[in-house]
Amino acid sequence: MDGYSGALKRLLEENNVRAGDVIKVITEEREYVGTVIPRYEYASQDFLTLKLLNGYNIGIRFDKILSIKLIEKHSPPSFKSTLLEFKSKNLPHAVIVSTGGTIASRVDYRTGGVRPALSASDLLSVVPELADIAKVDAEVLFSIYSENMTPSHWTVLARKVHDYVSKGYEGVVVTHGTDTMGYTAAALSFALKHTPIPIVLVGSQRSSDRPSSDASSNLISAMHTSIEAPFSGVYVLMHGWVSDERMEVHLGTKVRKLHTSRRDAFKSVNSKPAAIYENGRLHVILDDLPKRRPPSSFDIFPNFDERVALIKFYPNMDPEIFSYLHGKGCRGIVLEGFGLGHVSSRAIPVLKKIVRDGVFVFMTSQCIFGRVRLTVYDTGRDLLEAGVIPLEDMLPETAFVKLSWCLGNFGEDKVLDVMKANIAYEYSSRTILEEGECFGK
Amino acid sequence: MENKNFKAKVGLEIHQQLNVGRKLFCDCPIMEYDEAEHRILRYLRPTQSELGEVDPAVMFEFRKNKANIYIYNSRASCLVECDEEPPHPINMDAVKAAITVALALGSKIVEELHVMRKIVIDGSNTTGFQRTVLVALDGVLNADGIEVPVQTISVEEDAARLIEERDDAKVFSLDRLGVPLIEISLAPIEADPKTVEKVALALGRLLRLTGFAARGLGTIRQDINISIEGFPPCEVKGVQKLDLIPKVIEYEMMRQYHLYNIARLLKEKGLDSNSSVGEYVDVTNLFEETGSKVVRNALDNGKKVYGIRLIGFRGLFKMEPYPNVRLGLELAEMARAYGLGGIIHSDELPAYGISSEDVERVKAYLSVGESDAFILILANERDFDALSALRQRMLQFFEGPVPETRGPTGDGRTKYSRPRPGAARMYPETDIPLIRVSKELIEECRRFVPRPWNEVLKDYMQKYGLNEKLANQILDSAYLGLFERVCSTTRLSPTLVAVVLTEHLVNISREGLDISILDEKRLFELFQLLDSGQISKESVIDILRCMCKEGISASDCIRRLGLKPITEEELAKMVHDTVLSNRSLVESLRERSFGPLMGMLMEKVRGKADGGKVSRLLKEEIARLLQNT
Ligand SMILES: [Zn+2]
Repeated sequence: MDGYSGALKRLLEENNVRAGDVIKVITEEREYVGTVIPRYEYASQDFLTLKLLNGYNIGIRFDKILSIKLIEKHSPPSFKSTLLEFKSKNLPHAVIVSTGGTIASRVDYRTGGVRPALSASDLLSVVPELADIAKVDAEVLFSIYSENMTPSHWTVLARKVHDYVSKGYEGVVVTHGTDTMGYTAAALSFALKHTPIPIVLVGSQRSSDRPSSDASSNLISAMHTSIEAPFSGVYVLMHGWVSDERMEVHLGTKVRKLHTSRRDAFKSVNSKPAAIYENGRLHVILDDLPKRRPPSSFDIFPNFDERVALIKFYPNMDPEIFSYLHGKGCRGIVLEGFGLGHVSSRAIPVLKKIVRDGVFVFMTSQCIFGRVRLTVYDTGRDLLEAGVIPLEDMLPETAFVKLSWCLGNFGEDKVLDVMKANIAYEYSSRTILEEGECFGK
Repeated sequence: MENKNFKAKVGLEIHQQLNVGRKLFCDCPIMEYDEAEHRILRYLRPTQSELGEVDPAVMFEFRKNKANIYIYNSRASCLVECDEEPPHPINMDAVKAAITVALALGSKIVEELHVMRKIVIDGSNTTGFQRTVLVALDGVLNADGIEVPVQTISVEEDAARLIEERDDAKVFSLDRLGVPLIEISLAPIEADPKTVEKVALALGRLLRLTGFAARGLGTIRQDINISIEGFPPCEVKGVQKLDLIPKVIEYEMMRQYHLYNIARLLKEKGLDSNSSVGEYVDVTNLFEETGSKVVRNALDNGKKVYGIRLIGFRGLFKMEPYPNVRLGLELAEMARAYGLGGIIHSDELPAYGISSEDVERVKAYLSVGESDAFILILANERDFDALSALRQRMLQFFEGPVPETRGPTGDGRTKYSRPRPGAARMYPETDIPLIRVSKELIEECRRFVPRPWNEVLKDYMQKYGLNEKLANQILDSAYLGLFERVCSTTRLSPTLVAVVLTEHLVNISREGLDISILDEKRLFELFQLLDSGQISKESVIDILRCMCKEGISASDCIRRLGLKPITEEELAKMVHDTVLSNRSLVESLRERSFGPLMGMLMEKVRGKADGGKVSRLLKEEIARLLQNT
């Protein structure tokens, strides 16, 4: 019950006490009055958490408690949300599809609980600025942590976005946990062909229950971008720097989370950002982005094959892992090799064998930045000879998603051609010299 | 209006920086360093509570909708202060400090500590909350025979340092953010202002004796809750100097008492708030031809003139029963806190170039009668919130003192800073694991519990041969560590060292010099020079002045002031010459000529020779001359 177990749970139950109730606790030392707070899942079980009248939580040792007394039963607060009030009747229709990351939430200061704002009206009362931009609908598609996203979730999400756009929604924003947002962005980039509008994925690096959260500024900017940007395609929008000033719009196939915690964790790799959103204005940076298209050309290829692996090579790696993967039914492997795309020569015979047995093997680089090139050193030439296909400057994660998508939607005879084709800006033929480091300003 | 026997209820809340090496939730050092490597711009939004209630203090900040700019330097701050990285585990030394203090005060220590987030959206915390943890409850502080109950002892992170408040943004330095503080709340006591100062001193001394307290200006701050009987308290936040405490309390008592009297007076006149305080009326057009520059400027900047009539208020705004206690000032300072510049009341008119014709026009337009008053406010239309807050305050003149948060002005007054916050909004800091306080931890802390001040004082007086006053001063001083080091490494008299470190520094700081530049290293060099005879003790204060003014070292000051010491022979010759050339004086005054001659000599050699030595030589020289004649 409320995270309590054992004797403490029995004591609470005997006194008809649940989390949220106000009780008096009498210990050997003193009396405490406060609200019973749920215990965390992994917290020690011999303490009662009490929120005192001054707002502080304390833990009281169970074996010091002489008795408890219920003072006031608590009924959960009813959730008041303001009525939708749209500033103008002529606003475009837009939708926020949520996949799990809480982009907006309320705090119940009584119990310390954080409750996500899920419905459209919740969202609007927490981020009222949205009502100035669009008539916003909201749908909770999944409620999972982004680390639990799978290719089948990508399929459901792609279909959902396709539905909304086909119904005529003029803005589609997908909220997503940041850990795997880059993968999902790549998946949608391949699955949705010729989108009429930009589909914008957005997340937050600081949870929405804190006043400093980046969630609402990201969400507002994402909504503007999806409705107003002159281009189409799939993008990720996040902070471009640690200040709340400049948002960056990244191509869904060129973006990677490059920092564990900073607001500007997402960066375009081997590309500039597609656009910058700053001071309420969108500045397009890349000049060859797809224009908005008529809905008639919009198409969907939503399938992903789960029998694909992404393997980072490390010194002295046992090549038997490739035979093992093959034995488990793996149809394709994306390798993150060293440097220009190398692995130890010991691995080459095994790779050669599984390629001959029909496994697709592709090479990317664990350097993250730059392009693989297998013609410079002997190992590279041996890899080419073994049938390993280099993927130029494609991000390893994007390559992994693309291979899963290729195998999901096309016959094996088409896979090599599609992998080599530039479908959604995953390749760039020119690598541009950019000044400065990845981070900093 | 007598307030002689008038007692206020005063609650003290002491915030003391802890000297525990690193910040509370990261590994950054504790140092002042605000050179900007980066400036980070942020906005804070109030998180909605489940109930949708509005905290007045939170809305006060949010309505101003200011950006916050944070000055970042990597020497003093990391990503944690930027709110760009989760907090590191709590600094256990800070927890130990709090447990030690709790043991000393006989408080009950919380068995499992929960770090909380306390919502603060004035920009002083990048996260929008302050992390704080309750460590102990109850206890008693014994201050010179007075027993003051302790309510709570907690550890919290200090806020960012406000550098500048601009119209569009507040600028903070991140260096101070995250510095560990111990917060001790004492129960309100009924006591006279001087006693409250004693209580604060006793608590400060206890903290210093634990060895965990940082020393120096700004490392200890007191919040003071003050109320007169039957009324809610006002909180004065951030009083840094102990001797301001009685002044602040006295001022607040008088201010609150005046508000109480105003309310009584209004009631006696048979007035009530709703019929007396009018609505705002736009009177801009009455000032189209005004000769007042203040009004003209405001109108040129697109502002309007709003007038409001207050029935029966004539004379009340300028009534000043105690220095700087006036309703007019009350409103003006509140207007300033809300960002409004111009507010003018009829008691002070005509003034500011507003003519009596202007006044008559307003009176006629607002139907202001003989016993009424009016107020003019220069504001923009969008200042609606500020205007209604001010009108609200006028309505409250009928209630007596109202709860609000105030700040000290530096000269012992207080002024409005913001509405009193509602109940603290706290929720758990889930990034930090719960901390179990073990028996072993408590026993470890018991070793740090200091002996009572009086015992320590006695020991100190004995060990260093100091008198009680000096011993108290040096034990309270920021330079206690330096004092001990100088005494153990030089042959200087501890009394001299203590005088230099306490009385000399107080004196030159009273002269208006900035003594914060005198760090331990510089002062230690000064004592070494004194010890080796290169300077005389008479010159110390001049050298200290020079060090503060010029920002240079003691040895550089010696050169700058030409204080090269005189050799023994030179001095002897100088004394000899002086006596000879004043022969007639010596012969007529005999031994009594010592006084004037000593004066002459010291004029020449001050700072270059030891006074004792000069006096000895002079006496010998006078005796020799008198023998020979
Ligand atoms: Zn830090």
